[in-house]
Amino acid sequence: MSNSSEPKKYKNSFLNWIEFRLPIISYFQKEYGDYPMPKNCNYFWSFGALATITLVVMIVSGIFLAMNYTPHTDMAFDSVERIMRDVNYGWLLRYIHSNGAAFFFIIVYIHILRAMYYGSYKYPRELNWILGVFIYLLMMVTSFMGYVLPWGQMSYWGATVITNLFSAIPIIGEGIKTWLLGDYNVGNATLNRFFALHYVLPFVILGVVGLHVAAVHVHGSNNPAGIDIKSKNDTVRFFPYMLIKDTIATCVFGVLISAVIFFGPNLMAEVDNYIPADPLVTPAHIVPNWYLAPFYAILRAVPDKLGGVLLMFGAIAILFVLPWLDRSKVRSCNFRPIYKWFMMLFFINFFVLGYVGMLPAEGTYLLIARVGLIYYFAFFLVITPFINRIESPQTLPASISDVYLSENINNLAHSAEKETN
Amino acid sequence: MKILFFLVTFLISGSLLAAESSNKNMPKHEWSFKGITGTFDKAALQRGYKVYREVCEGCHSMKLLYYRDLMDIGFSEAEVKAIASEYTVLDGPNDEGEMFERSARPADRFVSSYANENEARASNNGAYPPDLSVITKARKHGEDYIYNLLIGYEEPPENIEVGDGMYYNKWMDGNQIAMPQPIYDESVDYDDGTDNNEKQIAKDVVAFLKWSAEPELEVRKNLGIKAILFFLVLGTVVYLAKNRLWRRVH
Repeated sequence: MSNSSEPKKYKNSFLNWIEFRLPIISYFQKEYGDYPMPKNCNYFWSFGALATITLVVMIVSGIFLAMNYTPHTDMAFDSVERIMRDVNYGWLLRYIHSNGAAFFFIIVYIHILRAMYYGSYKYPRELNWILGVFIYLLMMVTSFMGYVLPWGQMSYWGATVITNLFSAIPIIGEGIKTWLLGDYNVGNATLNRFFALHYVLPFVILGVVGLHVAAVHVHGSNNPAGIDIKSKNDTVRFFPYMLIKDTIATCVFGVLISAVIFFGPNLMAEVDNYIPADPLVTPAHIVPNWYLAPFYAILRAVPDKLGGVLLMFGAIAILFVLPWLDRSKVRSCNFRPIYKWFMMLFFINFFVLGYVGMLPAEGTYLLIARVGLIYYFAFFLVITPFINRIESPQTLPASISDVYLSENINNLAHSAEKETN
Repeated sequence: MKILFFLVTFLISGSLLAAESSNKNMPKHEWSFKGITGTFDKAALQRGYKVYREVCEGCHSMKLLYYRDLMDIGFSEAEVKAIASEYTVLDGPNDEGEMFERSARPADRFVSSYANENEARASNNGAYPPDLSVITKARKHGEDYIYNLLIGYEEPPENIEVGDGMYYNKWMDGNQIAMPQPIYDESVDYDDGTDNNEKQIAKDVVAFLKWSAEPELEVRKNLGIKAILFFLVLGTVVYLAKNRLWRRVH
């Protein structure tokens, strides 16, 4: 079989045959076997793996759903209910898919917050961050289109509200809206193209995820101390050390998502979406999915329609330039005594924006949304670029293994104390 | 690690809270299908179906159900055939190209009283009685809301003027509902000797509607316990292995 001139790296001759023609075996060995991970990485570093798993689960469950779904305004609602009732384990597929979308966003939000808190977006990982924001943007578009497919009341009216945003653009706005909808109103043409795009976009996401992972593997993962790897002593191999931690994270995630899928599958859904779409009846409150709500709050906080649309898109666009807004050389907020608290406040503020985004935009809620909007932009445009002028960061540890050792000594001292008590 | 734990609980609870925000103090009730091991009471579902047939069906359709589905709540095949045969469906065209009427079969969907929405509105003072197939999923507070609504009819307070052909109901949005009070004491005769007071009748029909909206409920909860146990056991084993593995790194 194999020519004697071919190198014999592996015991298995089949692997050698493949490796000689396509070095995929050594690639996986390098990227997922020997790949060095900083050994002080905590469980926040498992959310990338969790997100990848969730993406695959979403794609697989989605393909099976698509086999049973009918993208027609007269039949979409009933075909989804048919999946729930008459397709074998169709209810499971659909509840996995609908709740999986929500959990996908929970995971990705934690993943983004981790990147922000520990400064993972800074040199040399800027492109990695940009690819990540791009994935997040694609996820929002995909989930919005997916939400339209069951053709319930919230599907229809959500699609109407969101596509109407484009008509705020002067002169060409109406034209863009009609082009997007394929009609003057949300209708069958819209449903058909949203289905087509909802099917294809996850594969685009998968592609960008591939780039995102490849990019992080170039300079290696960041870590809670935010300092570079200096020696082999600072790292552990991905296999088995990180893989086993990711597996634990997956099990915890599995318990949480199972609790929702099996015991409260509609807790995160809007009841109105179990009413078939009716263009003649507007729901009392049109609410977006909770994971898009922070941006919806920003949109409604501005009295002017075009201004609201611009700020909403600006709120996402500003994420792309975050690596250049932050002037501090220190990555991890653990060593930034002032910025750390602004960062925490940013997380809380984002959550509050999401909460008021689900409520009617009036009275106190509107006021809260406006304050939240101001802080959101102030954080990026004022606090992040200028804080390092007044903040003096703590001295960084000499190496990762130093941090790791001192943490363990602390832990040991703690447990020893407990035992003596 | 504590931060992580808080963050996860925060995000999940927040998202649940946002979806579940309640407006009124909706009274909650005891249901056999509630809780982790909740199951349907088939006798109650059968009584509930009788209530649907005698009270609701005149106006409300249940288009997503098939007669064969009734076998899930304990009717025999012969009983389902007998029930279905009481209804007439339009079929065809036959070999001569004519549409014809025949009695329904178990494989037919529940027959609606009205041919279309316009006929339903014309017969109901302009109001459209909603389809009941998934009604407990389509209203906030689900089964509790439907139950409260059914027994929530009252004389309107003096300062409230009820519109023409409308009725006062405590739990309806805006307190005015086009549906007249459907259930009274003894308005349905039960064959199994269960006390047929207003509350019991309402409770049975709501249980039936819950089953109709979530027929997979029992299978789902059963599978859920297994799924969670699987992740717990696997997680524990992997956790122990991890501790052992990482001891070498320390």
